[in-house]
Amino acid sequence: MPKIAFDQVSKSYGVVEVLPPFDLTLEDSEFTVLVGPSGCGKSTTLRMLAGLETVTSGEIFFDDKPISKLDPKERDLAMVFQDYALYPHMNIAKNMSFALRLARVPKAEITEKVERVASMLNIAHLLDRKPAELSGGQRQRVAMGRALVRDAGTFLFDEPLSNLDAKLRGKMRAELAEMRDTIDKNMVYVTHDQVEAMTLGDRIVVMSDGLIQQQGTPEQLFKEPVNTFVAGFIGAPTMNFLDGELVEEGGTQWVRGDCYALPLPADIATRLQSAPDRAVTVGLRPSSFTPDTTQGAPIELKVVVSEYLGAQSVLVTHCGDAEILVETQSASPVRSGTVQTFGVLTDEIMIFDKTSGLRL
Amino acid sequence: MQIANANRLTPYLFLAPAAVIMAVALLYPIGYMIYASFLDWNPSQRIGEAEFVGLRNYIGLLNDAAFLESFWVTIKFAAVVVTIEMVLGVGLALLLDRNIRGMSALRTLFILPMMIAPIVVGLMWRYMYHPSVGIFNKTLKSLGFDPIPWLSDGNWAFASVVIADVWQWTPFIFILSLAALQSLPQSAMEAARIDGATGWQQIVYIKLPLMMPVLIVTLLLRLIDAFKVLEVILVLTNGGPGLSTEILSLRISRTASEFRELGEAAAMSNYLLILLVILTFAMFAYNKAVEARTARLRKAAEEDL
Ligand SMILES: Nc1ncnc2c1ncn2[C@@H]1O[C@H](COP(=O)(O)OP(=O)(O)O)[C@@H](O)[C@H]1O
Ligand SMILES: [Mg+2]
Repeated sequence: MPKIAFDQVSKSYGVVEVLPPFDLTLEDSEFTVLVGPSGCGKSTTLRMLAGLETVTSGEIFFDDKPISKLDPKERDLAMVFQDYALYPHMNIAKNMSFALRLARVPKAEITEKVERVASMLNIAHLLDRKPAELSGGQRQRVAMGRALVRDAGTFLFDEPLSNLDAKLRGKMRAELAEMRDTIDKNMVYVTHDQVEAMTLGDRIVVMSDGLIQQQGTPEQLFKEPVNTFVAGFIGAPTMNFLDGELVEEGGTQWVRGDCYALPLPADIATRLQSAPDRAVTVGLRPSSFTPDTTQGAPIELKVVVSEYLGAQSVLVTHCGDAEILVETQSASPVRSGTVQTFGVLTDEIMIFDKTSGLRL
Repeated sequence: MQIANANRLTPYLFLAPAAVIMAVALLYPIGYMIYASFLDWNPSQRIGEAEFVGLRNYIGLLNDAAFLESFWVTIKFAAVVVTIEMVLGVGLALLLDRNIRGMSALRTLFILPMMIAPIVVGLMWRYMYHPSVGIFNKTLKSLGFDPIPWLSDGNWAFASVVIADVWQWTPFIFILSLAALQSLPQSAMEAARIDGATGWQQIVYIKLPLMMPVLIVTLLLRLIDAFKVLEVILVLTNGGPGLSTEILSLRISRTASEFRELGEAAAMSNYLLILLVILTFAMFAYNKAVEARTARLRKAAEEDL
């Protein structure tokens, strides 16, 4: 269970640099999630860690030991692939025990381990079958089981749930979360799904275009995003972004746009003192609105569509030309087509620099 | 009802011309040959004048030491060349299955021998095997070794024809194996590397088992072909010295042209045909079994969903 450190690691395919040099440290026994949109270099990062891809420059350390030249098998890790990568010609028991058999573990011990993991994953009755005789969800479990029977120090997951249907995905996510709490190993998990990232990660690394945007706990990313990308990527429904400018009037700082004017909370106001009359982007989470107009600052929104999700509804509203998503309780319905006044919880406002996207 | 019937017949109607041509081009000669094998037939006779002798040709052949010898030579030849070609072809494919520069040019070079006409291959090798001016013996001599009687000693002659055949047909196995290798699921190989398999263990436990269906069909195809070999040996040794390289096709052609026994030659052809039919059926049966298995697996998987 080493501490893993990327030191100025980069990756290029030919002349195309997909990952510029980056540093990243994964603490011992942490469940780290790499999350970002498709094509941002998550798999490449994971595969370099696994030894399936070479690093173009830089070095990866396991507890201060450089490992970038080592074979995958010398790195003491297990991996679950997106397409499961089961061995088609071996039955499930053989699939799961392959690594142990190669390592010449005694037969009795292999049987014991395979059976224990198989029953933990509810696949004990499938041990004699071939992968082609299993459904997608079962194959996924086998892939997971094949990694778990090994006593590896580090477990790598490359979008292991992305080929499952929504219901099964939810179930497996819950099981993974349980596993995370019971198994005391390094886990590195790659996904493009921010819900998976938020529910599973002890720590989340948000990537975009080959760059690490931010890392931190789920709460830090949600409450303190460093830029508009992270703010927009984390949280569902996604954050609303509005153009605005900072103005001072009657002793308070305001942020004002075409169709709104919101007072800034004291802490942001003091931080922004040095930057008056500046063009900014205002970030408002859909959950920061309340139909109770006695709370927060008032804003008038034209409700276009109401999307019913069960207990909650998401309102698609217009504020001038901008579209704003508002999360409300379905219990107090809002009629589409009407103009409504909502209260904005100003404590939750985020202000970003309009050009750089950095949070101010 | 009428229309439905006509619709059902339409495909057969379109197939009919091809079927007729097949029947004439394929079944007629085979039928002719089977009929001829029951005759005591001299090339100077018309087929109608030949005497019908029933199974005498077949029974006679079973007691004919020369025929049995050449049957044995054929089997030995096929077994030896196909074994060597499979090992070399698959081995080369495993070796050259990598993406390094110049590999595609190398692969093209490797399959050249297969494209040369067998007669030319025979002539080429005959010059190379030439006892005094051939490249092999000249090289041996210049290195101070004794020359080798490549084509004049029975055992060496057999080895020589084997070498020529291996040279020509290893590429066939090579390209099929390479294609099989490159269509294997890449991620299963990566999983094996993570699971700790060395390169050799990946070959033994993952690559070869997954290639097996293609390898078996390749083996049968090559075996069928090896039983019918003629030209290269005809040019190289013409069956000699003695009967050491007289494979069945050569014996058949000699029986017909030299010994003027058309009926007997036809009977020999039929023995060869039976052998080939058995091999072909083995191949079909294998394919069927594989298909049935896949279908069963798919069905089981669907039921389980
Ligand atoms: N073998 C390769 N050759 C060239 N480019 C590649 C290769 N593998 C990945 N890439 C590129 O690298 C980028 C990152 O890919 P990847 O790490 O798979 O993204 P992710 O897993 O985040 O979706 C993509 O733009 C992809 O096109
Ligand atoms: Mg990926």
